[in-house]
Amino acid sequence: MSESTTSSTEGARLHAREQVHNRVETMPIIPASAAFDWPPGVYDHQKLWAETVDGGNYTTLFVKRGAIIELTDVYGDACAHLALYNATQTDERLNVADTVKVQWQAYLGPGQLLLSDRGRALASILLDTSGKHDTFAGMSHKEQNEAKYGDGDAFGPSPAGRELMILAAAKAGLEPRDIPPTVSLFKGFYVQPNGGLVSTGSAGAYASVWLRAEMPLILLIANAAHPLDIRNEYVCTPLKLRIWEPTPDSHHNFPAVPFDVEAERALANTRSYLALKGI
Amino acid sequence: MAKAKTNVPAAIAGQKIVSDEVAASRGPWSGIVRAGQLLTIVDLEGNQAVDCIIYDAHDTAIRYSAPTTIAGQNNVFLTQGSALLANTGVPLMTIVESDVERHDTVGGACSKESNSLRYGQHTVHQHACVENFLIEGAKYGLGKRDLVSNINFYMNVPVESNGMLGIVDGISAPGLSLTLQAERDVIVLVSNCPQINNPCNGFNPTEVRMIITEN
Repeated sequence: MSESTTSSTEGARLHAREQVHNRVETMPIIPASAAFDWPPGVYDHQKLWAETVDGGNYTTLFVKRGAIIELTDVYGDACAHLALYNATQTDERLNVADTVKVQWQAYLGPGQLLLSDRGRALASILLDTSGKHDTFAGMSHKEQNEAKYGDGDAFGPSPAGRELMILAAAKAGLEPRDIPPTVSLFKGFYVQPNGGLVSTGSAGAYASVWLRAEMPLILLIANAAHPLDIRNEYVCTPLKLRIWEPTPDSHHNFPAVPFDVEAERALANTRSYLALKGI
Repeated sequence: MAKAKTNVPAAIAGQKIVSDEVAASRGPWSGIVRAGQLLTIVDLEGNQAVDCIIYDAHDTAIRYSAPTTIAGQNNVFLTQGSALLANTGVPLMTIVESDVERHDTVGGACSKESNSLRYGQHTVHQHACVENFLIEGAKYGLGKRDLVSNINFYMNVPVESNGMLGIVDGISAPGLSLTLQAERDVIVLVSNCPQINNPCNGFNPTEVRMIITEN
């Protein structure tokens, strides 16, 4: 019987190093400029981050002010749960209630902001080819997925959104108590007059949302089946991320969107806060 | 907080009164409600928004979650029978009686900061619910990180078919009440909402009565 190639440290190192060129669909591409599928007109020197997050997985990103974050539902069954924080002071964070109340609108779309609890913009929505999002139902929890799919662990076949978000938060030094109510992208719901939520499903493959970071952000993304997903099987497909930095010669890379008066005040608050802080 | 002296609502008639207090207009209130005990909130003068966050008294990382509650009942309105769920999915309290058809859990708590967006910078130095939550939460070691989605009892927030939503005139009236049953030992934080720039308090913040009872 021949000796295993990994029976020595030398062999084990060789074995490990030989794997590095493997490619899977759901992984970060480092550097980002080596990735495909960027919007037209984004030059290599602008590219900051490229990653595809599998269904039932998560990522933790630290994003500079002004960067544009493109989220794409590659196959039509991603569900991106988002939690956002001021990276310079994490007790400022996404406030879904203020987001919908201040902007008098429950359905997310271009020109709307993801507001913090401090009257400031964390991110603005620049572009949305999906129109199927949710600000009401948040993420599933472990017991719910256990009852529905038989398992809810982060490492199991049907992870609960909250279980993934707890891990995403931990990678930013944040605890479960720091996880606020979240918004989710790519699975739509509308509210009936009696308050009932009705699924409007997915917009299909390749729908995208562009966010702009309005301050330095910690962005936590859990890609997990929506808590009110009507299917009995756990369905959640990959989420593609592309993040780039607009530069003066690339103004065509982001569309102009109209902001409502409340959003304009939030953006003004944000600019003043960052200027005073020296950011 | 003054002691209330009038008769109790019919829903808790015959129960033993554990505490009976009046939350001052514009002020905070809190209490620990043990599993099985009832908390009755009386809207003494009508249309007074009562902002409320609930925590597991033994592990405050387990706290009320509006989205989990909404997903759990597949409805954005809180009504008699609604289970108020924590972020982990466990029930904290149940609305066992409500004279008012529905209560809000979408609109959040007013803050000095959000006032700047909704009404202008001139309202930034007005008192707000987040201040009340911070004042009262500090008694339990709860701070800004612990202020999450809340309930607005007696507040009316319809959602239109186009997604437009907002705080509109209330549907409560003087003397109407609701009763919550604690499903485990809970800390209940309340802001008796001081907002004067929208109709959530009928433009006139007033006292509410907080009665904890048990069998």
